[in-house]
Amino acid sequence: MSRNLRNSRNLKDNVLQGLIWASAVFTMGFLVWILFYIISNGINHVSWSFITDNYSRIDDSSGIWSMIVATVYMVLLSLAIAAPIAIMTAIYLTEYAKPGSKLVQLVRFCTASLAGIPSIIYGLFGMTFFVTVMGLGFSLLSGALTLAILILPVIIRTTEEAIMAVPLAYREASYGLGASRLYTITKVILPSAMPGIVASIILSTGRIIGESAPVFLTAGMVARIPESVFDSARTLTVHLYMLTTELYTQRDWDMAFASATVLIVLVLSINLLTRLITARFNKR
Amino acid sequence: MKKLFAGAVALVSLTVTSTVMANETITVTGSNSMSSLMEVLAETYTVKTGNFVEVQGPGSSAGIRAANEGVSMLGMASRIVQDDEIKENVHTVAMARDAIAVAVNPANGVSNLSVEQVADIYRGEITNWADVGGAKSPIVVITRDSASGTRAGFESTLGLTRKINGIKVSAIYPRAQVANGNGMVKTTVAHNVYAIGYISLGTVDESVQALSINDVAPSVATIQTGEYPIARPFTLLYRDDAPAAAMAYMNWILSDEGQAIVARKGYVPVK
Amino acid sequence: MFMTNVPQAFKRTSGSSLSRQGGIVSRRRELTEILFQGLFMLSAFIGVLSLGLIGFFVFKEAAPAIEFSGIGGLVAGTDWLPPALYGILPMIVASLLSTSLAVITGVPVGIMAAIFLAEVAPPLVVKIMRPAVELLAGIPSVVYGFFGLVVIVPLIEQVFGVPSGSTILAASIVLAIMILPTVITVSETSLRAVPNQYKEGSLALGASKVYTTFFVQLPAARSGILTGVILGIARAVGETMAIIMVMGNAPAMPEGVLDSARSMTANIALEMSYATGIHSSALYATGVVLLVFIMLLNATLMYLNRQTSK
Repeated sequence: MSRNLRNSRNLKDNVLQGLIWASAVFTMGFLVWILFYIISNGINHVSWSFITDNYSRIDDSSGIWSMIVATVYMVLLSLAIAAPIAIMTAIYLTEYAKPGSKLVQLVRFCTASLAGIPSIIYGLFGMTFFVTVMGLGFSLLSGALTLAILILPVIIRTTEEAIMAVPLAYREASYGLGASRLYTITKVILPSAMPGIVASIILSTGRIIGESAPVFLTAGMVARIPESVFDSARTLTVHLYMLTTELYTQRDWDMAFASATVLIVLVLSINLLTRLITARFNKR
Repeated sequence: MKKLFAGAVALVSLTVTSTVMANETITVTGSNSMSSLMEVLAETYTVKTGNFVEVQGPGSSAGIRAANEGVSMLGMASRIVQDDEIKENVHTVAMARDAIAVAVNPANGVSNLSVEQVADIYRGEITNWADVGGAKSPIVVITRDSASGTRAGFESTLGLTRKINGIKVSAIYPRAQVANGNGMVKTTVAHNVYAIGYISLGTVDESVQALSINDVAPSVATIQTGEYPIARPFTLLYRDDAPAAAMAYMNWILSDEGQAIVARKGYVPVK
Repeated sequence: MFMTNVPQAFKRTSGSSLSRQGGIVSRRRELTEILFQGLFMLSAFIGVLSLGLIGFFVFKEAAPAIEFSGIGGLVAGTDWLPPALYGILPMIVASLLSTSLAVITGVPVGIMAAIFLAEVAPPLVVKIMRPAVELLAGIPSVVYGFFGLVVIVPLIEQVFGVPSGSTILAASIVLAIMILPTVITVSETSLRAVPNQYKEGSLALGASKVYTTFFVQLPAARSGILTGVILGIARAVGETMAIIMVMGNAPAMPEGVLDSARSMTANIALEMSYATGIHSSALYATGVVLLVFIMLLNATLMYLNRQTSK
């Protein structure tokens, strides 16, 4: 009897153990499958000229240079808007506000809610508010402002964590030397929290690169290098989406796979960079 | 090909003296079906004059709205535009004619349908290929989003509309899959043996088969004679106060040079 | 929570002691201090302002459609026939169906994979797998959609013998993969946060390692895991582009998982760029329904967090 019980228990253990391994293999398998499938189909069509040529409908070159430039502009502009606001918010929440006060609760609640809103809603909002009400039109600026709100919660939260992780002793020492609060923040706390802040900024870069719906609803989809922030722009992700809706010839497929490959390589490098920086941070 | 084309463009720009100021941006918004043709026209024009033409192709309804509101210098609608749809200071001009091809997968086997059969398939009354002389398998119906001029043209020629509470709505049955662009329809049809879709004739290639309708194959000739039943105009919309650069671009499209490109891309020129 | 209070408490006392020594500090310096404090506070309100604006504009734009069709006509209407009928019930059902299916398949796999990372895997494997999971989270949804379109849709056609693979099932599979990283990361963190004594105690009582993991550690980490699940649900409900590419977007009430259907998000993205008047407003109304779902999820999340911190 007890032997039977033990056997059935062993069996159960083994089944569960098997399921655990299967799940891990499944997760890794899917990642490898997706990466392999896209990269193996795309890598042969990624050439130097594919990256540096402009997109064209009249001749055979259908490079992605203008999309890469538009993506870089979009990232820089969104970060330029969101990063200062988010970092200052994090400073306020950690260094100034009374913890647990109504105000802190309100800000925390709003940031958490912003983080949960689906990106398509940001697109709807951006299209109404920035494009129409503020009259910015389908432009780089409308897109960047929309994306800035979208990444705000990410940077706020990670910066807050990075600031809180700064040892108390640093603050004590700075204040003990008679330094002002602002001086302590800018010269002591921010520099020590910098790796965390940088990591959060890279994290949001990935987010900006990956978004599509809120981008084409606010920045439009014109495939050229934008000359001012009021020009419409097509980011790489939006471009891939456009390509997938127009897969006519083998060449279209090749170009779609090639664009997806470039996108994946970008995301891969961003992830690596984040890891490098956080690893450095953790060492200190 | 590329060199030849560049040469042709250079030659043309030598003979035609451009009166337009260079480096202006002309904005064109509207029909998704028209935008692939418009992008080619635009890029050729940019090479020729230095004026950049910005083309956005969300759909015909957006084109009409953009022209009415003056958001865009020119609007595009791939269907007949009724007078009550546009403001008094907005005008229309046809820049090309296009057939709507009913496309199936090349492996499908069916090559001809009557107008009534197509309409019944899209109403959801015929649901199996066997009922129209094909293999015994369900029909996967692909339609376009409701702002598409191709859809509007398709619905009006085939009588696929009905009234609810006095408002005209589509009669295409709701189980039809919705693709947001000619390309998406074509991609789906090209990869699914049982699918049927409708696309601008100018975008048909060997990946899909355009059906004959009432035994008439769609072609430039049959559109011109009016034998092929499902055709619609490509309409440009402009306001009285449209900038000179935009008007010059529109006149160029209607010129022999522009119309030659229209014909080369597989559409029927208006001249 | 207690940990974070320490520097806060310290900072407050030091702050007040600073102002007591006001005589030493020059006036200009004090002014800069106040100026920057104001600036920081202002920044903190931008998030609040943004949320307010988003809520205001989405609701405001949705109002004409609600007036036109009535809340019942929108939420319970089964026909989406602009410009006459704007019933979004089929989209609500499609969103909920695809999301629940994704959760049913994705969450168990995610939790098991988290157990693998937290308890089973050797350190070297963890070192490889954790960045891999992060990468899975970073892949743009358009890439998932593209993969779904060219791999999963044809696969469903073959396996199930259906005429078209653009179905709720295809969307659910893509969504299940997409929520994996969220579920795995959050669950792993909460599993690791379970005090070691629990595990040791259970093992000392003669329970097997697997039994301990499933019946001692997992229940102890349940609120954290639930958080991960809710975040995963939010991601699945809000996903747009990947869904558009694989679900067929037919605005009819789905009758099964092998039917084509349109999610609320797809409805907005497909028709937003051209819709006018009431039609456009009805899309905002779709957004409002989506927001209500997300707010319910957020409220659950906040309730759970409060429970854990107690």
